[in-house]
Amino acid sequence: MAFAAPKETYPGKVFQIAIGADQSAVFGGENVLSFHSFEGNAPNRPVIAYEIQDIPPEDWPETVRKVYEGVSGDPVTWAKHCQNELKAKAIALRLIGTHPDRENRSPEEAAKIVKDVLSSINIPLIILGSNHVEKDAAVLVAVAEAAKDKNCVIGKAQEANYKTIAAAAMANHHKLIAMSELDINLSKQLNILITQMGFDKEKLITDPMCSALGYGLEYTYSVMERIRLAALTQNDATMQPPMLGDVGMYVWKVKETQAPEADLPYWGSLEERGIAWETVTAGALMVAGAELLIMRHPRAVKAVENFIDELM
Amino acid sequence: MALSGVEIFKLLPKTNCKKCGHPTCLAFAMKLAQRQASLDACPDVSEEAKRILGEASAPPVRPITFGTGPKSVKMGEETVLFRHEKKFVNPCAFAVEIKDTTADSEIDGIVAAVAASEIDRVGQKLRIDAIFVSNASNDPGRFEAAVKAVAAKAPEVPLILSTSNAAAADAGLKIVADKKPVLFGADESNAEAMANVAKTYKAILGVSARGLDALAALTEKIKSLGVEDMVIDSGARSAKEIIENNTLIRRAAIKKNFKALGYPVITLAQREEGMLETLIATLGVAKYAAIVVLSKVEKWKNLALFTCRQNIYTDPQVPMQVEQKIYKVGEPTPESPLMITTNFSLTYFIVSGEVENSKVPCRLAVMDSEGLSVLTAWAAGKFTASKISQFILESGIENEVKNKELIIPGYVAILSGAIEDKLPGWKVTVGPREANGIPAFLKSRA
Repeated sequence: MAFAAPKETYPGKVFQIAIGADQSAVFGGENVLSFHSFEGNAPNRPVIAYEIQDIPPEDWPETVRKVYEGVSGDPVTWAKHCQNELKAKAIALRLIGTHPDRENRSPEEAAKIVKDVLSSINIPLIILGSNHVEKDAAVLVAVAEAAKDKNCVIGKAQEANYKTIAAAAMANHHKLIAMSELDINLSKQLNILITQMGFDKEKLITDPMCSALGYGLEYTYSVMERIRLAALTQNDATMQPPMLGDVGMYVWKVKETQAPEADLPYWGSLEERGIAWETVTAGALMVAGAELLIMRHPRAVKAVENFIDELM
Repeated sequence: MALSGVEIFKLLPKTNCKKCGHPTCLAFAMKLAQRQASLDACPDVSEEAKRILGEASAPPVRPITFGTGPKSVKMGEETVLFRHEKKFVNPCAFAVEIKDTTADSEIDGIVAAVAASEIDRVGQKLRIDAIFVSNASNDPGRFEAAVKAVAAKAPEVPLILSTSNAAAADAGLKIVADKKPVLFGADESNAEAMANVAKTYKAILGVSARGLDALAALTEKIKSLGVEDMVIDSGARSAKEIIENNTLIRRAAIKKNFKALGYPVITLAQREEGMLETLIATLGVAKYAAIVVLSKVEKWKNLALFTCRQNIYTDPQVPMQVEQKIYKVGEPTPESPLMITTNFSLTYFIVSGEVENSKVPCRLAVMDSEGLSVLTAWAAGKFTASKISQFILESGIENEVKNKELIIPGYVAILSGAIEDKLPGWKVTVGPREANGIPAFLKSRA
């Protein structure tokens, strides 16, 4: 029996997105499943952004907090460290200090931080709210203006607040993350609502919501696979934006990244375990379809970059 | 390719004799097509029909059991390419390599680590499943000694004997002949000799070739030599080759019913660097490997990979459930809060995670709701006032807490009065609707 390789070609493709004032980070653009370059075009590597935040990372577990000791006291120093020392290709600034239960910083304070960070780096910036729908609507509008024309990524727009955030992203020429909760239909619906406002579908990034290894990873994994299959096989434009894996935030709060080895000797080294948790979560989601990843630990980023080297 | 009910019907006797327990041959054919009946139930079927149906109904990836006894590993039988379509059937086995050039004392250490690798996670026992003994020395005597040492220390663990030297294969297999090991190392140059050794000892033969054309040709040749149980290696070593070859093999088997590649796949993931090896193994788990070979046993890596395999191989149609009981988060005192939620694993993980984040020690009562989340369980009548109160009473928790106060999810605030009616002496407090509100809620009470 002669073997004929069962290769697939698809009618659809994923939109390609370039971010940053100099458009230096480019992702998406493939017309095949992730890393299936043997049967089509997969022109770009996934992009990994280092996560920083507007307030010191006191709630991050020791393993990942200590690598930023001395630089994480203010976001500008932290951002420069990521760019200059860690050679980050992009930075994701999470404005967690604007959350009403945290420092409750004002949109104006957030806008100033964004301006300061932007003027101190030359790599692309992703600007994230605190995931408080009402507050994000105010904060993200202010920061989108503060970052006007810098071609940032603004996020996250959700069903309850997308109108103001999408309008601000559009007016100030940014890309936009649209997040829904682990459901392909909700994700499609939100993308439709946002594009109906006149927002360019080719400037959207879909976040189907991340889950950490062991804490629902299989849901995110399968929603991503289904979204990608819909984009490729059905040529469904509402499913064709590239996808985000917001990995670090979900990984570095689970027990496996925090429980000391002394308490759970059969779980092994806490340091390696935490890094592996972020590494495996990111790697699995990348295989499922994520092209933009937000991560925290430099060793996890390095491992995933090495993995991408082997995959491309 | 599987036959349709009508195609099967044409091959049956069409006598409607009912001996198979179905009213008509057509009804029986439909059941056969859905794999809900076995052809053996028909006493009158022709040999010709048996042959055709047998071939068509053989699973696209050959089922093979590797090893014997309680730690044996089932492989093959996969039916889909994507886990949302249908459950991936047999979780891949993790094997760790031991080179026969390793000192005996070190071999003992690795075998002990394999034996101690078992972890219980969400009710499943997970472990390093197999040991891959490789003939790095190329010396049959050393290989035999290493296999002997491993088999003596780990008599229940399935073994893969890796050598392309038929004499070494014979020496090693002699020791574990009755244990259904894999003999890994047949290639174009040694196929006859290796097939003979595998046949003699009834071993599964691991077949390697460079590329899929060569691999398909080789499995056909080996099958014609009388070996049916094979695991296949396409020579893929880089991540790029692994995803390409494993995907094409799985597609060929499932979509084209291409028998020459319808065997379980072995993926060699060994790397110098531990994190990268963990990622290559993750790729093997996600992309269709039946056996993933690792270079080292490390507890942190095991935990991450076992969890990854469990996630990928979860049945997408059956929600994962956690055991009904009252869990302690942190070290609760009699004064600590008592909260209740349902036993959908994702609900449990998210709620317990947020409780942990709050740093407020708590008791978390997790009630069996057949794996439904809070709102769904409430709507389905599985998270009701009477069931909640019964669970709380039967748990005996009232002897452990000082304040009889139960915190319920905000989404079922409507139940608070009814629960208080059914739990005399208890106060019901409505907690936040979403888990991410828990830290603020608990801190505000502390």
